Amino acid sequence: MTTPTETRGDAAPAKATGRPRADAQAGREADGRTVHRLDQHIVEIVSDSGEGAQTCGKIFGTVSARMGNGVWTVEIIPAEIEPPARSPAGASGNRIRLGSREMTNWGDYTNLVIAFNEQVLLARHRAGALAPDATILLEDMWKEHDDPDIRDQWSAAMEELGSADYRIIPVPMEKECLEVVDDARRGKNMFALGVLSTIYGRDRELLEGAIARRFAKKDDDITRRNVELLDRGMRWAEGHLDFQVEVPPTPDDAAKVVMNGNQAIALGAIAAGLELASMYPITPASSVSHYLAEIFQDYGGILHQAEDEIAAAGVAIGASFSGKTAFTITSGPGMALKTEFLGLAIMTETPLVVVDVQRGGPSTGLPTRVEQSDLLAAVFGQPGDAPHVVLAPATIEECFHSMVLARRIAETFRTVVIVLSDANLATGVQPFPRPEPRAEWQGSPPDQSAVPDGARPYEWDPRTGLSRRFIPGQQGGQFTATGLAHDEESHVAYDPQINQRSSRARSRKLAVLQSTLTPPPMYGEASGDLLVVGWGSTKGAIEEAVDRARAEGLSVSSTHLTFLSPLPPGLTEMFGRFGRVMTVEINYSDEPDDPFITPENRRRGQLAWLLRAQTLVDVDCWTRVMAEPLRPGSIHEVIRDRLAVTGGVA
Amino acid sequence: MSTATCSLLRMSVEEDRSFELDDYAGPVARWCPGCGDHSVLAASQRLLREEQLAPEKTVFVSGIGCSGRFPHHLGTYGFHGIHGRALPLATGVKLHRPDLNVFAVMGDGDCASIGAGHWVHAVRYNTDMVALMLDNHIYGLTKKQTSPTTPQGYRTNTQPHGSFLPSLNPLTATLGITNASFVAQTAEWIPQHLQATLRAAYRHRGFAFVRVLQRCPHYTLSMFIDAVRDPNKIELLVHEDGVQVDGLEKIYEHVRPHDPSDLDFARRLAEEDSDPEHPIRLGVFFRDPSRAVYDVIRRVPSRSAGEKVELLNRELDRHAI
Repeated sequence: MTTPTETRGDAAPAKATGRPRADAQAGREADGRTVHRLDQHIVEIVSDSGEGAQTCGKIFGTVSARMGNGVWTVEIIPAEIEPPARSPAGASGNRIRLGSREMTNWGDYTNLVIAFNEQVLLARHRAGALAPDATILLEDMWKEHDDPDIRDQWSAAMEELGSADYRIIPVPMEKECLEVVDDARRGKNMFALGVLSTIYGRDRELLEGAIARRFAKKDDDITRRNVELLDRGMRWAEGHLDFQVEVPPTPDDAAKVVMNGNQAIALGAIAAGLELASMYPITPASSVSHYLAEIFQDYGGILHQAEDEIAAAGVAIGASFSGKTAFTITSGPGMALKTEFLGLAIMTETPLVVVDVQRGGPSTGLPTRVEQSDLLAAVFGQPGDAPHVVLAPATIEECFHSMVLARRIAETFRTVVIVLSDANLATGVQPFPRPEPRAEWQGSPPDQSAVPDGARPYEWDPRTGLSRRFIPGQQGGQFTATGLAHDEESHVAYDPQINQRSSRARSRKLAVLQSTLTPPPMYGEASGDLLVVGWGSTKGAIEEAVDRARAEGLSVSSTHLTFLSPLPPGLTEMFGRFGRVMTVEINYSDEPDDPFITPENRRRGQLAWLLRAQTLVDVDCWTRVMAEPLRPGSIHEVIRDRLAVTGGVA
Repeated sequence: MSTATCSLLRMSVEEDRSFELDDYAGPVARWCPGCGDHSVLAASQRLLREEQLAPEKTVFVSGIGCSGRFPHHLGTYGFHGIHGRALPLATGVKLHRPDLNVFAVMGDGDCASIGAGHWVHAVRYNTDMVALMLDNHIYGLTKKQTSPTTPQGYRTNTQPHGSFLPSLNPLTATLGITNASFVAQTAEWIPQHLQATLRAAYRHRGFAFVRVLQRCPHYTLSMFIDAVRDPNKIELLVHEDGVQVDGLEKIYEHVRPHDPSDLDFARRLAEEDSDPEHPIRLGVFFRDPSRAVYDVIRRVPSRSAGEKVELLNRELDRHAI
């Protein structure tokens, strides 16, 4: 309980690491309660699906953010819609990392759990999600349940959990809730919210306001009962728990919003002036469209649910061709299906934004889990030479702004821009500075002015490869866009010279885009022993690991790439200033020491492939596909390992 | 060439613009001599002139195959897409730009094989456009492979001992789809009928599906030879809400009055069309202008950039902490 951060590698035995223990100050209150003062703490609430743990977690996270705490929330999602009750596979809930400053990632291991039954707790234990000394608040109604099977399950679970050093505190949730509601399943989440609120000293007024907003569409009676349950939970905790946790907030006056990455993409798309989204349902991308389906039409936008992934791309391309840039939203399997259409958009130089919310692969893979395995497919996946842009937001805030950037690049360069998000960003919830949308972010309305006599639809500038796009409605601009090799007039090319020329134009555009980019910012010193390179949602975890390693005196820095195609300039020079360079990614790579693996046949992390090919630097990598985000503690260990630091992490 | 036909002079007197066939002409078609695509192209250009559609407000979308080249030979905007996917592209155009006149041109393999999934759904969306299935019963551009409409037993390069399966009937298939609103069949070798059918299709509000029977001079010429030579192999479906061509009944004796609002009867007539012993039926099988039209249902208000910023600020406030 008193250890602020525990970390362990994915296979290594647990050991203490991370923040200096001096961060944790335990004091004793007048009433005998111990107060742990920490700069960060991870709490999770876990229940059967349908018992409302996610609602509880969301309110807890929002209220904490309002109070000025850094927050990073991750959803715990069962694979099925309605898994059997009391089953480890059905564990559902939220995991909230609270901090004194901004929380940029999900952190390491959970310090405190409130669980509605021992089976969902077992799931979290077995997943290795809990710190070895975690505090567990557990509904105890099952211990003496009428059903002997349930009693047996309880005993077996207790035995299994006994192997760890958890502190398990029984909580009579059912009994307490029945004092207020007839069906305790409908009330435990608010009771749990009350318990957590006392432990963490959450503001009751804010809680009540959040509950009222959550149930605004229902009648007042429901809100009142939920507040009553909250109070009951708070009182129970006051009377029965001997500890509190204080994560002092750092309130600031900056306007902030809180949302998940998929909501940020939806709002970013609107801010970017995109007017048509075309999609086919796929996890974990669908919630972007759920949000758009609610609000997009108010903005003059259309969300089209197509008959399949291919058609979703086709409708977006048809819309883009005839006016404003459109976009399509998908995940890995959908990307595979859209491939031919992406080639068409690139060949016809039709602007298009494609959002790929990556999940575990290949094939159906791990639909709800994070992975960064679509990078090479996103960059190279289209047969034929099909140069286009790939960029990856690293934070939820960047999910919003990357849509504005993507639309602008797609239109300026008449090309496809793939935005690589992932399941970690999609479901992670984090406060960030409130965007202040500007009209110019939306770009200009489609040009409908007459095309000057003699102008051609692909008048490639010989230096930049750029050309002006003609849009239906423009008099004199009539042409037929075609996926066939074509000349400046879009006539089918029979002359092989034209294919060389047009390929050069399409490729040159990427170099021109790259010339407008700056080298990625350095986190830490500009030179040193080790440079860690990342992309996408791993940024916060990598930087926290770098902080920890630097605090130990290690010479390590990191940099994070937003642009993956084209890569930003200056990488070779930057890499040359470090003794070693490695990527950290959530995709599969061979371990160098494994049987049969040699430096020549080793399959490396996907960014490492790219960087090696483009810079000729011997870029190493460390990657994991553990169906979860990377932990800063794991990355910290890898840094120590690569720098050959011996001995346990201090 | 389209760019040349649009002079500054014409733009200055926009209200008085009138279009001639030349305004709809593109580079000369390179289909084989005798290919049915030529007739459909000519009929389409006549339709555009007849309806005086502004070339810049008209978009022809195609897939891949001989028919895929169709838009290249017109003076309108065009999108020559990928195999089987003309309909999603065309849907995107119409959904985003309901002010444009949209035509989709497909071959039989394009529409009923690789693009069959889109065909089913495009019929159900009932987006306002004309969809032409140029059905020569064969894959021509890739050199004589069996298509879904190749008659059973017909020898092709992929089924040299005769095509294995009974051919797919695009009329019954289309008529079986919920929300179908216009289904017609015509033949490229009867230009007046082709013209009248295209006109009826264009004037229909919704997804107007027209199967155009056409000869491939290289691979399926024999298939239609009897119907071309012998008017008795044709039966015209006539109705004032369908297609009626004055004088045509003098050549084609089999004339059947058919009210295109009668779906059940349309399905029966279409079913019999599978029977090779039966005369080929040309005309409008079914038409229902009251069906839900996707681009109409999905019409959205137009918002200025400023309005959107204001709305977005309000939405962001909902997420404020």
